[in-house]
Amino acid sequence: MTIYIPTPLRPYAAGKDALEVQAGTVSGALDELTRTFPDLRKHLFTAEGKLRAFVNVYLNDEDVRYLPEKDTTAVSATDTLSIVPSIAGGCAVSHPFVRRGDRMDGARNC
Amino acid sequence: MSVLRVARSVYDAIRAHGEETYPHECCGALLGRATADGWRIEAAVKAGNTRTDSAHNRYNIAPAELVKIEREARSKGLSIGGFYHSHPDHPAQWSPTDFAEAHWLGCSYVITAVAQGKATVTNSFLLAGRTEEDKRFENESIELIETTEPADESLTARVESNKA
Repeated sequence: MTIYIPTPLRPYAAGKDALEVQAGTVSGALDELTRTFPDLRKHLFTAEGKLRAFVNVYLNDEDVRYLPEKDTTAVSATDTLSIVPSIAGGCAVSHPFVRRGDRMDGARNC
Repeated sequence: MSVLRVARSVYDAIRAHGEETYPHECCGALLGRATADGWRIEAAVKAGNTRTDSAHNRYNIAPAELVKIEREARSKGLSIGGFYHSHPDHPAQWSPTDFAEAHWLGCSYVITAVAQGKATVTNSFLLAGRTEEDKRFENESIELIETTEPADESLTARVESNKA
């Protein structure tokens, strides 16, 4: 199967944007990826070995987190695995004590 | 300081997107090629803002949409080099929320201030660093590229289909 590597992780994967691996499950594919490029591990997983919260993994067009068998889902040679860091933000301030309408330093924050 | 080189048509399009969605935040991806001193952006893809609960001051792009955008970028020989969004009635500066939720190291985050519905300042910030723990935003300059080539029609079509 093919694992697609997003832009920010390519420096830790010899500059590659994709890797062909042979694996039976999603987790097996990710293991193969991090065996090939060990520097990727800390970017994908926490110290406890769990996928970082902001890292999304899609099997074809399905979020692995929502598959019935999650990362033990079986994969085939024609499947693709996409690693996609989340993208979000906005000019809101997340701090719970800052009420809407309050302004922080306008020169740096909105 | 790194330089974000952007086709003028793309620059105009992302600013116009901010005006279209005002008073809500717009968002999208920037597709291009990496160069020695920064990204050269050749196309922008509008994305839907899934934060409909607080669209005036938050944005989020659905990961499933990012998967499709990446697929499309690959088919064009391009990569996702950054993202853009707008700050309605707020400065074109990154916020603590922008920083906390920025994870695309080495990519550019472009922010356009939209004041009373009109795009004003557009700034770009490079998410520098090697890990989540030492990441930081660095100011980068924007250099507009004048192109004579017509806009990519398939990307334009996708832009239309993605209108929030």
